[in-house]
This record gives sequence, C-alpha cells and structure tokens, in this order.
Amino acid sequence: MSVLVDDDTRVVVQGITGGEGEFHAGQMIEYGTNVVAGAVPGKGGEEVHGVPVYDTVSRAAEAENADASVVLVPPAFAADALFEALDSPVDLVVAITEGIPTQDMARVYKRLGETDTHLIGPNCPGVITPGEAKLGILPGNIFSSGNVGLISRSGTLTYQVVDNLTDRGLGQTTAIGIGGDPIIGTDFVEALSLFEDDPATDAIVMCGEIGGTDEEAAAEYIDANMDTPVAGFIAGRTAPPGKRMGHAGAIVSGSGAGTAESKIDALDEAGVLVGDTPEEVADNVEELL
Amino acid sequence: MRLHEYQAKEVFAEAGLPTPDAELAESTDEVLAAADSIGYPAAVKAQVHVGGRGKAGGIELAESDDEAREAADSILGMDLKGYTVDRVLVEAAVDFVDELYVGVTMDRGEGKPVAMVSSQGGVNIEEVAEESPEAIAREHVDPAFGMHPYQARRAVYDAGVESDVASDVAGVLSTLYDLWVDSDADDTEVNPVMVTSDREVVCADAVMNVDDDALFRHPDLAEMEDAAAEDDLEAKANEYGFDYVRLEGNVGIIGNGAGLVMTTLDLVDYYGGEPANFLDIGGGAKAERVANALDMVFADENVDSVVFNIFGGITRGDEVAQGINDAIAQFDELPKPIVVRLAGTNAEEGMDILNADALGVEETLEGAVQKAVEHAGAAGGDGGEGR
Repeated sequence: MSVLVDDDTRVVVQGITGGEGEFHAGQMIEYGTNVVAGAVPGKGGEEVHGVPVYDTVSRAAEAENADASVVLVPPAFAADALFEALDSPVDLVVAITEGIPTQDMARVYKRLGETDTHLIGPNCPGVITPGEAKLGILPGNIFSSGNVGLISRSGTLTYQVVDNLTDRGLGQTTAIGIGGDPIIGTDFVEALSLFEDDPATDAIVMCGEIGGTDEEAAAEYIDANMDTPVAGFIAGRTAPPGKRMGHAGAIVSGSGAGTAESKIDALDEAGVLVGDTPEEVADNVEELL
Repeated sequence: MRLHEYQAKEVFAEAGLPTPDAELAESTDEVLAAADSIGYPAAVKAQVHVGGRGKAGGIELAESDDEAREAADSILGMDLKGYTVDRVLVEAAVDFVDELYVGVTMDRGEGKPVAMVSSQGGVNIEEVAEESPEAIAREHVDPAFGMHPYQARRAVYDAGVESDVASDVAGVLSTLYDLWVDSDADDTEVNPVMVTSDREVVCADAVMNVDDDALFRHPDLAEMEDAAAEDDLEAKANEYGFDYVRLEGNVGIIGNGAGLVMTTLDLVDYYGGEPANFLDIGGGAKAERVANALDMVFADENVDSVVFNIFGGITRGDEVAQGINDAIAQFDELPKPIVVRLAGTNAEEGMDILNADALGVEETLEGAVQKAVEHAGAAGGDGGEGR
C-alpha cells in the first residue's frame, strides 16, 4: 500500500519537450513509472522516449486515460500550466517548478479550492512510492520500500533523511515533497491525513522548516486526530529572524510564530519525537516502530 | 528584493501617495545642500535594512545647518548593527499628532493577500501585534477579484481611525494594494502614516519587498537591485544568482537546497561552531557555480573554515567534485581549509576524483560539520564544545 501514487498511476508530463522535462520524464520511465503522455502546446503529434505528446493536458488525459500530471514547465508559464491541469480530468498534479511568483500561486490556490484535485508543490522534488512510481525529480536509488511515510518541505533535506533511513533498513511507503514555497497545494495536515489512512504506514517522518505556521497546524492535527506515531525535524534553528522582512510578515502570524523554536515546541507537545540531527531522526523512527 | 526607504518612497510617490519632500545624500555637503532646499526641521535617516534604526541612532532631527552637519557626521559612515551607512535620506520633518500603520502582505497560511490597518502605528507596531493583535484590523482579499473599496473602508473604520481622515487613509491602503499587485510585492507597508495637526495624511516611512521570483516581469524594479544590495558580498551573490545571507560566525557554509543548507547551519551550531553564512548554490551545480561559491566564501574575511555539503538529486557529485578541484587549482595553498561531503547521484565517482591532498573529505554530514568546526576553532574562532 501507499498514498497518492502507485504502479497503476498514469502520468502526463507537462513540458516533456523541454530540457528538464525530457530528462526527468526519461528518469521517471526508467524507474518504472507509467508515463503515458506528454503535453506541450504546439508539439502535439511528436514523441519523446516513445511517449506521445499532445497539445493540451485535457487531450492527453482523455486519449491516454491519465490520472496524474507532473509539471516541469518554466516559472513564467507554470501558473498557466497549473490552471490547465486543474481544469483537466487528472486528479493529482505534481508541480516541480521552482520560482513561480507568489501572487501567481495565490490565484492558483484559489482555483485549487474549487476542485477536488490534489496539488503537490510547487518547488518540490515530487512524490515517490519506492519500487512502484516516481512523479518528479527525486533520485530513485536512495529510496527503498517499507513502512515509513515521509513528508518534507525541502528537496535535498528529504534525500538526506531518506538516506539515513534507508541505511538502517527503514524503507518507505511513500515520500511526499510538499514544497518549500510560501503557498503550496497539499500541506502537512493533508499529507498526514493521507498516511494516517494508509494501513501500510506504521510511522511518519515530517521535515519542516522555519517560516509560516504549517508545522504548528500539523502539531494540533496530530494531537487531535492521529494514531500513527510521528518523528520530526525542523531546519532553520540558527536562521536569523526576519532578516529580509518588513514588519508585515511578522504581524500576520504574530512575531513568535514561524520560528524553529515555536515549531519544535508545538510538535513536542503533540508527542512528536523531534530530532536534533538527521541521524537522530532515524534513531527516533527506529524507536517508534 | 527589499528596496531601501528612498527607493520605496520614489515608487510610492509615483503612485500618488503623499510622501514628505526628500533628497538622497552621500556626504555632509550633500546633506547640507538637501536640508537647505527642503527647509528645517529636517530628518536625516540612514538608508540601511536594519530594524529599530531610530533607536540605534540612525535617525536624527536637525533644526539648523549646525545640527544637520552634526547629524550627517554622526550617521554617515556609522556602523548600524553590522552595516556601514553610505547614504542618508534628508527629509522634511512632519509635525504629527497621530501615527497609523497601513500595510499589505501575503498571508501564506490562507494563501491570500491581507490588508492591515492599525491606529497604533509607529515604532512599537510589533509589540502591538504581539500583545493586542485585535488593535490591527485585517482584511483578507480574494486574489482573483482584488480589493473592493468597501474592504479598505472597513479595515480603516475597524481600526478606529478618526473619521475626518478615514477616507484618505483608505486611499493609502487601496494604493498600497494596487502597488502590491502591480509590482509583485511580498509586502508594501507604511509605518507610520502620520496625521498632521492640519489633518493631512503623510507617508513618513516606506517598506517594499519585491518577490525575487517575479523580477523577470518588472525590469524597472530589477534595475534597482544593485543599489538595494546591502554590501559587496550580497551584490556579488546577486550577480552569481545565489541565495546568500551573511551571518556573524566563522564557519563558511556552501550547500544545495535551502532546507539542507539550513540544516548544515544548525549542525554547525549544534557542534559548537558559529555559521558565517547561508549559501545555497541551487540544483544542477556546474563547475562554474561551484567556483563562484568558493570565491564568495573566501571573500568573506570572517570565514576561517568551509564546509561544502552536496546531496545530489539533479546535481551530480562528479560534476561538483570537478568544480571544486578546478576552483582550488589556482591556489598553491588553500586560503582556508575546506571539508567536502558528497552524497546522492554520482557521489562515489565524485569522492574518488576529489583532490584529497588539499581538501578534507568526509562521508557523513555530521562528520564534515564537526571537522569544519574543529578547523574554525583552531583558527582562533569561537569553536567550543558540542552540546
């Protein structure tokens, strides 16, 4: 079992004819992912890695019966690509693109709320169910199949933590990179609820970082709703507070919220085992299992 | 990108917001000339991105040439929380009876912009936010519709702004919202909006942060970037396209991905060292970027040792290793010890080709950090015992 993706997932790659799109579509296929189509305006009729390309996401999804999309489109065009995906039959959209303007994402987020689609990202490494499917740019070789669910805001930190887990034989059900941008689709709470409902997931690792109050919300949710044990890690303990911000950012959440300390305290109180180092996170997972 | 006050005021004034007469000055003579044309009393304000500027002595009021000269001499060249003041804004002092706060930012939790007004503006707005959040009226805006005029009015009335100036303050808020949208800003903010004894409304300060990711569609704002940079190293980081923040310690840190770089900083602290910087070289780091990153960290005279930590996803370990070797080939002896740790894609190939005679090479993140902290301690820094 797993969440979000498995070997039945049928994937459209938006931007498959671009450099990144072509490379990572190839990597996904090599991993065993069911990449069934590409979508790039003006490139309909072409093939990439033997996969047919369509001019629109809807055509691709309808013709190939796809249910998920991976967005590897440059930032200036990414919001439009996301609107297109949300308006198509796919019910999972994984947005890898880094550097989408925040106000574009606010408009996408508004539209997302009017649909039943899951959006992962943007600015994320993607989603992987080891041995079955990878939607994104994660290095497949560091993952292994098992019973730990993983949720992370950061790409390379995810790899670091997974490496430590895999090293000790602690495999993963699914790993979800939820993305590091201020506005993302699936947040910690939603990702936690997916794992809570997955009988194959026996423990969860959540890797958060400073900024926003998503981790605090997750702590509340864990305390109130979850039986699956959670190990945590928070990056940014030594980051200088608000160096590039005016007052406005601090005012929204209250000046104490959003710091590493506030997140660690909240998670502690909710019974989450928070590690000081990635190595300690793996120790904690061993203890929880 | 955070604009300086003088840059933000230019943008705000162009949008029609009432700002005091002001001129930028870089020398005592220029301050005197500016004060002469603006008239006394005049405020002399340091143009650095430091909170609590006034309390730290970065703002002085001058009533005469003598006082203006004194203010210029004391502020220009002063060290304000680690930043040298090169420029001051000379501005007509406003005789005010009330200070308000007006701002627009993104509420990331809601995924929506939020417009805010408080009748308790001024230097203590953060305390107000902390202790009596209800004193700040908030109005969330649907990003698909934009802010309706009634929302600006509602925020202003809910904040308890006096009715004779309410319409003017609502106008300031509406303009700030429009600017926020049109400039792809992260924040647009005026604190304080001053109300004068003549019941005029004046924007006495100006804060504007522009979304770096949106600068590509704002060439006019992008042009301000060099002048907005805080120091030479930050200007260099802009040029190289790195995410860089300078800190106080002596262990230089280079890595890929914000979360992992932050974690590396945290580990330096955890093992008793002090991080000198945050430097994220991003994904797919080719040899040139690696060399540029080393160049930046070597240029920081506070740095006594460097930890270089790469976990390859898109980034390939062998490419990074080649980049490091190329970058250090120019030195007979490294200016500062470097400890490298590579993991992930092609990490083994990378470790094999690294010039191990010149570099420290470690297998684990924890090991690399501990080694770099040791080097920094030996160099006379603050390396201490691990917790």
